[in-house]
Amino acid sequence: MMFNTGKELLELTNKYDCSISDILIKKEMEIFESTEEEILEKTKKIYDVMKNSASESILHPEKYKGHIIGGDAIKMKKYADNNDTYCGETINLAMARAFSTSEVNASMGLICAAPTAGASGIIPAAIITGSEKINADEISTLKALLTSAAIGELITKNATVSGAEGGCQAETGTAAAMAAAALVELKGGSPKASLHASSIALKNVMGLVCDPIAGLVESPCAKRNASGVTNAMISADMALAGVESIVPFDEMVETMLKVGRSLPNTLKETALGGIAITKTAKALEKKIFNK
Amino acid sequence: MANLSFTEVLGPVMIGPSSSHTAGAAKLGLIASMINNNNFDKIDIILHGSFAQTYRGHGTDKAIIGGILGMKPDDINIRNSISIAAEKKLLVNITEDDLGYYHPNTAKLIFYNADGSTHTIIGSSTGGGSIQIVEIDSFKISFTGEYPTLIINHIDRKGIISEITTVLADNNINVATMNVSRLQKNKEASIIIESDSIIPQNVSERLKTIDDVKSVRVINIGAEI
Repeated sequence: MMFNTGKELLELTNKYDCSISDILIKKEMEIFESTEEEILEKTKKIYDVMKNSASESILHPEKYKGHIIGGDAIKMKKYADNNDTYCGETINLAMARAFSTSEVNASMGLICAAPTAGASGIIPAAIITGSEKINADEISTLKALLTSAAIGELITKNATVSGAEGGCQAETGTAAAMAAAALVELKGGSPKASLHASSIALKNVMGLVCDPIAGLVESPCAKRNASGVTNAMISADMALAGVESIVPFDEMVETMLKVGRSLPNTLKETALGGIAITKTAKALEKKIFNK
Repeated sequence: MANLSFTEVLGPVMIGPSSSHTAGAAKLGLIASMINNNNFDKIDIILHGSFAQTYRGHGTDKAIIGGILGMKPDDINIRNSISIAAEKKLLVNITEDDLGYYHPNTAKLIFYNADGSTHTIIGSSTGGGSIQIVEIDSFKISFTGEYPTLIINHIDRKGIISEITTVLADNNINVATMNVSRLQKNKEASIIIESDSIIPQNVSERLKTIDDVKSVRVINIGAEI
């Protein structure tokens, strides 16, 4: 039950006539000798951490101030509650939740690094909001999380999820691709549509650089988590509408790695380029580190 | 390609903001204090490379101190570890230095124990929350703390390794990896053994009775952090 590419994953879902999460569960059972109950129990623990981080900074914004960021989750939530916005309540609420996890992370709170701490806001916001929107049951929601893990595994194996290696496209791009596939499965889309959604999410941020102010996981990270969950949701909607990615998932992952490798080091988590070297960013850096 | 479990993709569950500079730093402190295995009232923390440059922004100092106080990388008290250390009357001295040719995320920890002994441990945070211990009391070694680990200090002599592995085999413990080093022939030497299963107390007691074995330390932490 091994899968090293999206193509192999799709072949397995066809062979067993099942979802991506079913294949992931079968693989875990076979290779790591666990039972389905154990897998879902572990997934629930992860999901509980995610639910908490996605709501904490909305409920207690005063507790979650980073060196630079803080307070945007609650602003976004209040705005979403007005129900008078361009994007609508669902997307705005998802953005508020992504901000929440990013703010919890920035201020030494508990998060799940899925796939990394810097991009940890996207998957919780997407799955919680998606599940709520369509009234999904708990098992389907947990299984959607496992679908996201299958996509994350493929990108980890064939490319990178590290900002230092591949830029922000590898972190928030991967998180959005993972979440997009999960949202498609949650709403009853096919495994093929899930991979189209992932592929679309990756292409939307192809080349995005990692340029954190003062080297901290705060700015622009939090806003890229908020836009990352939006990327996940629109990519899922495109795939559910029947829109296909012209370039298949495996090729998209391969070229994302190539783009990441060709990015200069100044744009890969070194704080030596991009937003990190703007006048404002340098002034903030000086203030934070007192140098 | 090696298989990844979903808990590696959706994880680790950790205190933010950085898996290498916070979660890995906490794990480093925790494993180092298990290696020290003694009551200590003072610790020097010397930060190297990127740890030295960015520790304030990433809470690396709080994470290492939390770790040496026994906190795991998902312990919410890491945020308050500096004041917790002060309450416990632990003297913490943090400095920045260039330690030489080490991974950019490296720390040197010197434990000053109540019994007068000191232990110096150097470790690196290698990414994604993983770590590597690279030096204990001047012995160059290498282990990750992902498996139950035995650290044995002994006097170098013929046959001692087979005596040690015989004890393990008799107790049904499989050796996953073994790393042997010595300062010089017939002098102090060290063995690091990573095993697939937890190493029980009676096994470490039995190992201590082997001639020329000076100390046996067990780190039974394995995959739980």
